[in-house]
Amino acid sequence: MSAASLLEAEGLTKRFGGVTAVDGCSFSVQSGSLTALIGPNGSGKTTLFNLLTGYARADGGVIRFDGRIVRRPDPISLYRAGLTRTFQQARIFPELTLIENMTVAVHQPWRAIVYPAVRRADRELARELLAEFGLSRLEHDRADRLSYGQKKLLEFATVLMSRPRLVLLDEPTAGVNPVMVERIEERIRALHARGLTFLVVEHNMPLVMGLCDPVIVLDHGRKIAEGPPAQVQNDPAVLDAYLGT
Amino acid sequence: MSPVRLVGPVRGLVIVGALVAFPLVFNEHWVVNIAIFTLMYAALATAWNLFAGYSGYISLGHVAFFGIGAYTLANAFSTATPLRGSATSLESHQLMSIGSGYRPFYVLPLVGLAVALLAVPIGWIALRTRAITFAIVTLTLLFVFQNLAFNLRGLTNGSSGLSMPTPNFDVSIYERPFYYAMLGVLLIGLVISWHVRGSKLGLMLFSIREDEEKARGLGVRTTGVKLIAFAASAGLTAMAGGVWAYYLTYIYPEYAVDPLVMIGSVLPVFLGGRGTLWGPVLGAIILVPAQQYMAYRLGASEFYLVGYAAVFVVILLVLPRGILPSLGDAYERWRYRGSRLTPAEEVPAS
Repeated sequence: MSAASLLEAEGLTKRFGGVTAVDGCSFSVQSGSLTALIGPNGSGKTTLFNLLTGYARADGGVIRFDGRIVRRPDPISLYRAGLTRTFQQARIFPELTLIENMTVAVHQPWRAIVYPAVRRADRELARELLAEFGLSRLEHDRADRLSYGQKKLLEFATVLMSRPRLVLLDEPTAGVNPVMVERIEERIRALHARGLTFLVVEHNMPLVMGLCDPVIVLDHGRKIAEGPPAQVQNDPAVLDAYLGT
Repeated sequence: MSPVRLVGPVRGLVIVGALVAFPLVFNEHWVVNIAIFTLMYAALATAWNLFAGYSGYISLGHVAFFGIGAYTLANAFSTATPLRGSATSLESHQLMSIGSGYRPFYVLPLVGLAVALLAVPIGWIALRTRAITFAIVTLTLLFVFQNLAFNLRGLTNGSSGLSMPTPNFDVSIYERPFYYAMLGVLLIGLVISWHVRGSKLGLMLFSIREDEEKARGLGVRTTGVKLIAFAASAGLTAMAGGVWAYYLTYIYPEYAVDPLVMIGSVLPVFLGGRGTLWGPVLGAIILVPAQQYMAYRLGASEFYLVGYAAVFVVILLVLPRGILPSLGDAYERWRYRGSRLTPAEEVPAS
């Protein structure tokens, strides 16, 4: 694989009892790319995300991040190394304010535990990001006052606090109204233009095909296609997986 | 400072001032006695809240540290040396009673620190579990330590109990030193709780309470953060145990590691409001005198526990989040009165 790949998976496998959710999956995410991961429901996309981010332990295979093998993936150290994710169901801290939600995500050395909860630098960065995501007006409100779409925006904004290198987005636009979808798409484009790498799981096909390149297609835990959107769309194996036989 | 930012410190000073003045105004022994136990439960509840209220982990074993604190102090200043197995004789009791005075109070911070360190390995093991499993594991801790207290005769003198010398404080104001010692423990707990609330440590604990998996995904070192809170909380609990032991001067395993004390430290937190600064204190000020009153009205049998249980049921039904958070909600509703239900502009599509 090329030297520019930021994240690589080789033969990743995960079994739940008799079900093989991810089956010998190999792929790579190039640095600076906007890679999509698609596939029918139950094809193992979220499980794959969990393996890559340390939320689940793989039964086999190798993960490399930034050229280094990740021996025991765990969310805390991966996040600190620059790999971060959002969840399918927007996960935020409901009883904390937006600013506090954002501040939790800042890298902290141990000695920081005695520092004030929200320091000036944290607040400034948080405000900047909240402004970009159109949430400025609500910055002192508790996060549980947000609508679902706003929660998705907040979760997205939160993971940017640590200035990550790779962001894994799990269905960023699911259950969100069209105006909000546009805003999320616009944010992804802008951040990508600034050099951030994305791996996106998404069901909204027009969005994926317009936004991402390359597109990786998963079915029954296996990679069945990979390539530019136009090529993938006409791949017989992909059509087969989506339309069924 | 703006007037709004002064509200907190002023409120704190008023409450602390009232607590300092209390035994100077009310001299009756029985009143100060109840006040000491109120402060003890306020301190225990504050300590418990520092860990459980902030992190969301329900520990039912904290009273084990209360017992450890009590026995540590009792051992350091005991009248009889249980290692030699000798019973307390009147003679040795009288000899020693001249000695200790205020010294046990000075040693208290050391006891707190030592027990906090001891709590680290215990917490490290217990915190490998979560939610209800953690509650059960810590409950086991309670019974393990009670059993140890019965059986480690060299340290605890077993079921015959351990005695400390009765200090020669002025009889008319005998309770005062204990009152102020207990108040001191409470204040240390409040200052730590207040500082943690406003620090990154507090923010991290709150994020763990809200969604621990998500917090891990944002790089929060969850285990370390929980351990720090657990250890601090255990140390404070032990200090309260130390004052308690010296006040009673005679401690037994079944009272030093007592499930009722455990419940007594948890209930005020639920009544006043988990995760708040003053909630545990408020809860204790309401519950402990009420409990004493019920014990008095409902007789010496443990029938008062039924009344106590009833209080818990009522709290869960009427104020599931506790007094202070419920007041906070009411204030929020008042602040947003007449405005939209939520500040959200958009209607979710699905």
